[in-house]
Amino acid sequence: MSEAQSDPGRRRFLVGATVAMAAAGVAAVGTPFVLSMLPSARARAAGGPVEVDVSKVEPGMMITQEWRGQPIWVVNRTPEMMAQLAKNAALLSDPESADSTQPDYCKNINRATTEHPNLLVAVGICTHLGCSPVDKMKMGESSGMGSDWPGGFFCPCHGSKYDMSGRVFKGMPAPLNLRIPPYTFLSNTRLLVGEDKKGA
Amino acid sequence: MNPMSRLLGWVDARFPLSTVWKEHLAEYYAPKNFNFWYYFGSLAMLVLVIQIVTGIFLTMNYKPDARFAFASVEYIMRDVDYGWLIRYMHSTGASMFFVVVYLHMMRGLMYGSYRKPRELIWILGMAIYLCLMAEAFFGYLLPWGQMSYWGAQVIVSLVDAISPPVALWIRGDYVIADATLNRFFAFHVIALPLVLVILVFLHIVALHEVGSNNPDGIEIKEKKDPATGIPLDGIPFHPYYTVKDIMGVVGFLAVYFGIIFFAPEMGGYFLEDNNFIPADPLKTPPHIAPVWYFTPFYAILRAIPQKQLGVIAMGVAVAIFFLLPWLDRGLVKSIRYRGNLYKVALGLFVLSFLILGYMGTQDPNLWYVNPVSRVCALVYFGFFVLMPIYTRLDKTKPVPERVTG
Repeated sequence: MSEAQSDPGRRRFLVGATVAMAAAGVAAVGTPFVLSMLPSARARAAGGPVEVDVSKVEPGMMITQEWRGQPIWVVNRTPEMMAQLAKNAALLSDPESADSTQPDYCKNINRATTEHPNLLVAVGICTHLGCSPVDKMKMGESSGMGSDWPGGFFCPCHGSKYDMSGRVFKGMPAPLNLRIPPYTFLSNTRLLVGEDKKGA
Repeated sequence: MNPMSRLLGWVDARFPLSTVWKEHLAEYYAPKNFNFWYYFGSLAMLVLVIQIVTGIFLTMNYKPDARFAFASVEYIMRDVDYGWLIRYMHSTGASMFFVVVYLHMMRGLMYGSYRKPRELIWILGMAIYLCLMAEAFFGYLLPWGQMSYWGAQVIVSLVDAISPPVALWIRGDYVIADATLNRFFAFHVIALPLVLVILVFLHIVALHEVGSNNPDGIEIKEKKDPATGIPLDGIPFHPYYTVKDIMGVVGFLAVYFGIIFFAPEMGGYFLEDNNFIPADPLKTPPHIAPVWYFTPFYAILRAIPQKQLGVIAMGVAVAIFFLLPWLDRGLVKSIRYRGNLYKVALGLFVLSFLILGYMGTQDPNLWYVNPVSRVCALVYFGFFVLMPIYTRLDKTKPVPERVTG
């Protein structure tokens, strides 16, 4: 076919249509490959709730339990620790936990249920870059955090500090308070993490 | 005709073997004034080959499974004959790759090798550097030690700061888990090495199209012998530079095996102490830092007290190198003919990069770490952002007609 007989508009259309079809084909083939990288059915099922026995957690003690592969802290706070929480407000970046993640029934200064306000149940993962903070629950000099330390948690990776309710202090790299998972009490000593009465 | 040249003729009729040999080696004319800094390109290719070969042999005994990975690496170290040597060659090779690449990039900065007409070589080189960073990051998870685990956790959390669904997609689980290890293995042993090899090939194709720069930063193709058309200051790559590069290889291997035999952990900088403890998802080591080649960028991340901004600054710190060919407004390429402004700027930049690298390894609670990192980050970004200004104001010297040896 000579140049004079060719129809450039028709040729452009055919090339465009072929490219568009090929792109649709690539997208269609690519989708299952991309989706195959999401958490598998097994990984999703492993996210089911876990039971924790809190009968042996004395005041001032903390235990760590695994849920969805993450460390879940259960801290039994002493009355002194509870009393300190209200005094921290001015030092915190989100004292009311307005922007942070927690179930509604934990959206209070204790960040705990009203039936067991002394028990803090928190995801022990720093909201900055995902390290697990260490407990510095003693107040003052003996914590190694300075004489004005009100007790709380300290992330060794980038130095974020949280109070005894997992609320982050001002000027820290972490933007938000520690996450509180949904949980419910099966009895006074048995805790179910990952599910609450209304269904998480 | 002897049988060998008949065989060559048979191949040449079917594949451009002699042509490729001539165009890229025997009749590829490189400037005659290459110096010490020109060793690192060929050395980077040597390290790539070492990494691929040792990597193949490591996969023969390594198990990409969260239950067995840590133990299989120890098995390689203790029970496999010469397993320790192959593994130390690979782990030391990773660090040496970055040493060589950083020096190779330094050469580009000094002699203006990124300037027109070599912008694409620079961009392809930067793509190689990015690919290498990803390759090193994926590989570092595989031993499944504490630093592997928490390092990956921190880096994937960087993605999480920008888009949580993407972070979930990368991990394949709600935390770094077996699924993550398995896919990082796939990326590390096949996906990225393939991309890396292709990019290196393209880097060299682009280089041989325009020809090498040289320490004088002038174009040898502008002065050709009228009779032969060969650049007057050019010498054939083979045998001149193949022999020179063999010298470089000998020197490099002496250092490389010196490290492998006498200091494979390099005091915790090449292999970190905490990585000799199996990964524990419930307990972060008290002090975590990436391997040394990432620490300058990590220090920038930490220096910025806001999460998203820190991540963005870290990304920009790497990406800004891509713009270098267009930020530099200098009249000359080589530092030899630049004025004091550029020399001071480059000196400050290198200093800030080194200090940032040191700060990135230090505990962030030491009082000086973040303030010093902030100052150095400013210098680091200043080098790029102010470049269009100081390179234009700089008092350059006249450039010679021919290379100066």
